[in-house]
Amino acid sequence: MTVDRSPTFLETRGLGRRFGGLTAVDSVDLMLNAGEIRAVIGPNGAGKTTLVSMICGRVPPSAGNILFDGADITRLKPWERVARGIVYTFQITSVFRNLSCFDNVALAAERSLTLQHGLRSAFDTRGLVAPVMTALQRVGLEARRDELAGNLSYGHQRLLEVAMGLALRPKLLILDEPTQGLSEAEIVGFCRLIRDLAGETTILLIEHNMDVVMELAQRITVMADGNILAEGSPAEIMANAEVQRAYLGT
Amino acid sequence: MTAPGSAGSASGAKVMALHLGVIAILFVAQFLLPAYHLSAFTRIMVLAVYALGYNILFGYTGLLSLGHAMFFAAGLYGVGLGARFLGLNPLSAFLFGSLAGGIFACVIGLVVLRTSGVAFMIVTLMFAQAGYLTILLFNDVTRGDEGFVLETTERQVTIAGGLLDFAAPHAAYNVALALFTGAMAFCLFLVRSPIGRVFIAIRENEERTRMLGYNAYRYKLAALTVSGILSAMAGAAYALLFGYIGASFASIQYSIFALLWVLLGGTGTILGPLVGTALMFYLVDASSEVTSSYLIVVGAILILLVLFFPKGLLGSLRRKKLRWLP
Repeated sequence: MTVDRSPTFLETRGLGRRFGGLTAVDSVDLMLNAGEIRAVIGPNGAGKTTLVSMICGRVPPSAGNILFDGADITRLKPWERVARGIVYTFQITSVFRNLSCFDNVALAAERSLTLQHGLRSAFDTRGLVAPVMTALQRVGLEARRDELAGNLSYGHQRLLEVAMGLALRPKLLILDEPTQGLSEAEIVGFCRLIRDLAGETTILLIEHNMDVVMELAQRITVMADGNILAEGSPAEIMANAEVQRAYLGT
Repeated sequence: MTAPGSAGSASGAKVMALHLGVIAILFVAQFLLPAYHLSAFTRIMVLAVYALGYNILFGYTGLLSLGHAMFFAAGLYGVGLGARFLGLNPLSAFLFGSLAGGIFACVIGLVVLRTSGVAFMIVTLMFAQAGYLTILLFNDVTRGDEGFVLETTERQVTIAGGLLDFAAPHAAYNVALALFTGAMAFCLFLVRSPIGRVFIAIRENEERTRMLGYNAYRYKLAALTVSGILSAMAGAAYALLFGYIGASFASIQYSIFALLWVLLGGTGTILGPLVGTALMFYLVDASSEVTSSYLIVVGAILILLVLFFPKGLLGSLRRKKLRWLP
């Protein structure tokens, strides 16, 4: 990205969310630089998914603010955030099972086309083929374009989910446990894909597989009980005694 | 379900051939059908337009409305009251009725689309009942349950020097066929367009669609409005072609009919509404000749159909054999 912008690309200030009496996220100050790959790790129930759900707009926060690309987006609807470049891929695979792979990605590509060129592209199906096929090629699913998404293997569905994210041309791509359920070989391919993307978009990654985290992340944020426990480079996090006690368990 | 637009040009040609074929058969049928069936098919085609409209909302966008009779009635009364009190000629009355249905659907949509699922069914039902009771309440104007009949002159229009009489069987058949062709072509175009793909995406997974950047509410409002306009066009045509306007068309029964026709023919298929409407019409017709308790026969056949064709006739056919069917 050649666009000149302040180093802080995404910032949350005192962001919190309570569900009834349960505090899922307490008060989180998170700062992300443009172009970085950030991993968020933490034990189950630490509040990782709730945190990113507030960033992408699925869950409204009960306290705090979210600043993205120089603007306060706390009150924006999810689709308005997508228009600004925040793209979320689901933890529980939720591709459109009864649509073909092509149509799944086309839905995403169509949205980014209309955002750029207005409604006139809404009836032009030809301009859609190239971006859809590009996104499918990047994840290696181009040969399965006409297959129903529901007939794909679980690993391929996850990759399709990523392709849908890519077709939206994200500025911030949030991946919620993307390698869950993938085979070793698929994980290797996935890591290659993410490294490829690193120059184009900022990536926020929730991940349990520590090998993937160590290989991809430039910085790691550790969450526990709805708060940030530690933050630093992979080496710093590995050496942090508090993190080891709370999470790594070794 | 098939994939709109993605299946390539080969299936595109098949789709065109199939639908043009159906229209051609309907056109030729008017020279072969005896008078009774000619009039029956006129009615079926008009009601199929109503079902097509219902199917855009239910079959493609996944919203089950129990109040579509209000949109059909908006078209019906738009023509009837427009001709009677505003002195509109049939063509302007038709436009007036269709537009009334569209505005009705859009305004009511602003409220009812805040709900979903069972609540949506109940709220649409409630609005339709309010519409029905309003028609009864203004008995002086609408003639209530008894209804009224359009004058012969109110059903005639001069086009390019020739007189088009909607009461004449062949003229009525061709008007119904033209309306059905237009509505079907429009629906085919719509569901295969990117907008139709978003409708289908909302039906499949609304939350995911929202996270792809679509304002689902706006798309649902568009689907409801289009659905309302098509239903009202059918109602308006019904008034002109059959000349009778009555409150029974606004009753819950007519909302259920639309649902039933679409379910029988195949939800989310383009030809399903026509198949379902025709099937239901002839089921009732044939069984009522045999016995006075014909609804028992109809009911038994419907149960069998649901058992063997759970997705409707064309829906099940598409699942098993013809994946390219739109």
